[in-house]
Amino acid sequence: MEGIPLAAYLSLGAVMFAIGALGVVIRRNPIVIFMCIELMLNAANLTFLAFARYHETPLSRIIDPNDTYMTGQMAVIFVMAVAAAEVAIGLGIIMAIFRSREEIDVDKLNLLRG
Amino acid sequence: MSQNLVLFVALAVVVVVSAVGVIATRHVMRSALSLVVNFFTLGILYLGMNLHLIGIGQILVYTGLIMMLFLFCILLLNLGAPQMLYERSPIKVWAAVLVSGALIVIVLSQVFLPMTGAIETTAPDDYGRVRTVGNWLFNKWVYGFEISSVLLLVGIVGSILVAKRRG
Repeated sequence: MEGIPLAAYLSLGAVMFAIGALGVVIRRNPIVIFMCIELMLNAANLTFLAFARYHETPLSRIIDPNDTYMTGQMAVIFVMAVAAAEVAIGLGIIMAIFRSREEIDVDKLNLLRG
Repeated sequence: MSQNLVLFVALAVVVVVSAVGVIATRHVMRSALSLVVNFFTLGILYLGMNLHLIGIGQILVYTGLIMMLFLFCILLLNLGAPQMLYERSPIKVWAAVLVSGALIVIVLSQVFLPMTGAIETTAPDDYGRVRTVGNWLFNKWVYGFEISSVLLLVGIVGSILVAKRRG
């Protein structure tokens, strides 16, 4: 899609990030909080990709100028890997907590040991 | 308003509405399904930016893997409608809405003015193809690739260890 300003992608990313941050604050279900963290990661991904497509990086003296449009994609690939690992660990922890406490309200989970 | 801009606005509206749906619905399952819509629409958006590998990866990794884990966890834990886990004091909710609104305003006020000139893309058309990305990933970024594979291995072992512990 050509002819779309960079600011449109960036504002979409900012709105998504703000919605995710809002959800982390107002929801108390840890699974929904995890979903909101995924929303924020996706907002960051969108911003990475938009900058990679539209903008010369100011680091072109450190990074090879040919790399400037690839670094954003590489960052997104690593964010995806980290998100997959984070979700696997986080949901494992939630299931372990739920098995030992039978409740998952994050305001009531205030002990590090069960 | 060009045709592409209309398409972008339509996709962006779907993205924002489904993101609001994640935090606004009371049922966990509906949140998860709106998150599926959100990720899928973002994948279409990436494909529209000529990012073939990332777009497919978004659909596969997020709507395939991560949402499968979420749905599995929700169904296994039986977190249905009875648990209305909402923030109950309205003052905190409004404070949170205010803070995130201020976040949007601050970020956009810093971003919009310097970036309004950027309308033409500078990247070549084939920068998102599988061949190009694979070349970069396995040549210049191979250390990061290997480290992330170690991270995933630690994640596999750790999640099994956490989930299987007895007592």
